[in-house]
Amino acid sequence: MQFSFTEEQEEFRGILRRFLEDKSPTTEVRRLMETDEGYDPEVWRQICQNLGLTAVHIPEEYGGQGFGFVELGIVVEEMGRALLCAPYFASTVLAATAILNAGTEEQKQTLLPDIASGKTIATLAFAEDDGRTGSDGVAMTAAASGDGFTLDGHKSFVLDGHTAGLIVVLARTPGTAGDEGLSLFAVKGDAPGLDRSLLQTLDPTRKQARLAFKNVEAQLIGDEGTAAAPMAKTLDQATACLANEMVGGAERLRESALEYSQLRVQFGRAIGSFQAIKHRSADMLLEVEMAKSAAYYATAAADDDAENLIPAVSLAKAAAADAYTQAAITTVQMHGGIGFTWDNDTHLWFKRAKSSEVFLGTANEHRERLIENWDAMERSAA
Amino acid sequence: MSELTEASVRAEVRAWLEANFDPDLGLVEWRNKLIDGGWAAPTWPVEWFGKGYSDPLGRVVDEEFDRIGAVTVCRVGIRNLAAATLLAHGTDLQREKFLRRILTGEDTWCQLFSEPGSGSDMAGATTRADLKGNKWVVNGQKVWTTSAHHAQYGLLLARTDWDEVKHKGLSFFILDIEQAGVDVQPLRQMNGHASFNQVFMTDAEISPEFMVGAPGEGWKIATTTLMHERRGADSLRRYAEAKERPGRIYAEEKVEIDHQLEPYKWYPQRGGRADLLIERARETGKIEDPAIRQEIAKVLTMLKTAEWTALRARAAQDQGRPQGPEGSLGKLAASNVARAAARVHTEIAGADAMLTGEDGPMEGVIAEVLISVPAISIAGGTDEIQRNIIAERVLKMPKETRVDTDRPFRDVPRNTVS
Repeated sequence: MQFSFTEEQEEFRGILRRFLEDKSPTTEVRRLMETDEGYDPEVWRQICQNLGLTAVHIPEEYGGQGFGFVELGIVVEEMGRALLCAPYFASTVLAATAILNAGTEEQKQTLLPDIASGKTIATLAFAEDDGRTGSDGVAMTAAASGDGFTLDGHKSFVLDGHTAGLIVVLARTPGTAGDEGLSLFAVKGDAPGLDRSLLQTLDPTRKQARLAFKNVEAQLIGDEGTAAAPMAKTLDQATACLANEMVGGAERLRESALEYSQLRVQFGRAIGSFQAIKHRSADMLLEVEMAKSAAYYATAAADDDAENLIPAVSLAKAAAADAYTQAAITTVQMHGGIGFTWDNDTHLWFKRAKSSEVFLGTANEHRERLIENWDAMERSAA
Repeated sequence: MSELTEASVRAEVRAWLEANFDPDLGLVEWRNKLIDGGWAAPTWPVEWFGKGYSDPLGRVVDEEFDRIGAVTVCRVGIRNLAAATLLAHGTDLQREKFLRRILTGEDTWCQLFSEPGSGSDMAGATTRADLKGNKWVVNGQKVWTTSAHHAQYGLLLARTDWDEVKHKGLSFFILDIEQAGVDVQPLRQMNGHASFNQVFMTDAEISPEFMVGAPGEGWKIATTTLMHERRGADSLRRYAEAKERPGRIYAEEKVEIDHQLEPYKWYPQRGGRADLLIERARETGKIEDPAIRQEIAKVLTMLKTAEWTALRARAAQDQGRPQGPEGSLGKLAASNVARAAARVHTEIAGADAMLTGEDGPMEGVIAEVLISVPAISIAGGTDEIQRNIIAERVLKMPKETRVDTDRPFRDVPRNTVS
């Protein structure tokens, strides 16, 4: 297991950070979060074409750059730090990974190059109205019809589902339950019978949609009824990435609170000179650094396809959820009244923290999964 | 000389151990051999028994010792801090006299820094050393001195100039503990053990050649010692364990470990024993309780993230990068783990948490956890001091306004209580 980034990886991070500081200042975040699309097409073009970020972890034979989850983790950590408004997590992290895990060779050849180049914005639709991420939450049915399938039912909490050109959908053969009968399908964003509506999200910087399917034409990805395992793996890999995105945001909050504490003067001195503020700052550093270690461990475990991937991912997500939300609460507190205003930027990250706390599973759910899989963690430590 | 690599070092130490290690040697005899071969402390400088290896290469050497169960030099207690301090600031005479016997284990050292009136504020020491004729004469009291009851020497911080400001009036000495003017009294702790001592010095004497550094440099030198102590606290701690193997050397090592480690035998318990949580929850059936499962998962998350954070710090250091903030957090993280683990051990034990000794869970180990964890957030710098250090040195937050550094130390208000 690698516990540090290489010089090339650090350089890559530096380039990304400068790009995102330039393209995603909070004035832009505030502008884009008020739009329905939720992203800037010109910045997206640069992300795809100039920086090649949509291709990072896609193998070269499918038009990608052939890097791994560690590099993908660096990208989303920096995007989380900048609170970039873009369909990156939906398209590259979720959809491309699902196709990589579940698709046939031919499907990967067909679908991935356009995602890698950014020509296609894709997303992954797995949860339904009850928001559960596991197989039991899937009620949507797929019935064989002619060459393909038709989908009926609904999906919700679909990242960028209202704008995506390609939707990878998890559905089941009628009459099946649990892990049995699950399959993934490719559906065009403008397919007849598909009704897409933008949800009102607590975090306006990350768009989510509810999708209703009535007799919608779909192409099977992989073999029918075999999607449970590749889907579970996709969610683990994506959760590792999400943890990285979250620690990026947490660190940005921590830095903004620290900066403010040095500027704000009360009782004749910078409030950062009071131990009450220092101790909060030290604790926040501790929590964020610990969560970063877990997030980095999880993406490294994803690259190694490690035996302890499941507990490592769950540990990282639980740690990131607690650290990010706590950092957001502490940052508001350290700002005092101004921190509760709309004009102050803290709430932008606060809302992303809150939303990320539950996306892909709550901290409690992941802690339960950590205990269920603790033996795998112990075995790989030995 | 050809370039050193992990493989070349591994091959060299392996060949040397195969040619030289003999379980029927005496402990001190073997360690002298190690010292003469340069394998006792390979990360030390070449002039002083070492090979000048980097820390990662030093760990390769350790791995090779572990692989065949070869006995290493003595590493228990603060002897390594004493050695690091002497290597950094000592005279050749001091190094010549002390370093070898530190490695062989023949001498034990203790640290005479804290006093009843100066705990967190260690630079407020009032133990005095006055030059009378050709001797420094020491009077005062030290406390929290681990191993003083079987030490030969102590690293002493004492005030030599009362007209200087606080941090500049201190000097650093090597004190011979086994002299008439030094009285060591054990200090019993709330968990019943007595690992620490109070050390009373009444006209104790030190020859001038056993001052380390110059008069007034005491604080600077103590900082070196403390930096090494904190680094030890941050690193992945390994407790010495006697090897159950036949041979004279193992028998002698076991005696040494039992003796030297006696003050430390409750130390794993003060860390909270998070490693026992799952096992205890299974034994008691509490593993089925969803609330307990959540609590255990929280502790294990803290434990693993602290471990990975230490590994991140080490990896950065190995690459020669400046240490990031991750290197300063280990001690605070360990306190958090210990407190949380003790709380969950209590929940798991239920009514049995009221019992100790043979009546208590795991023959008293759990009880010892419950009454030992308060130490970890105090010893070696309280959590509060750690947070101040992190805030001021890592985060560069403004320093606290001070009222004790702008005037001669004799005019600084001092404790009337201890």
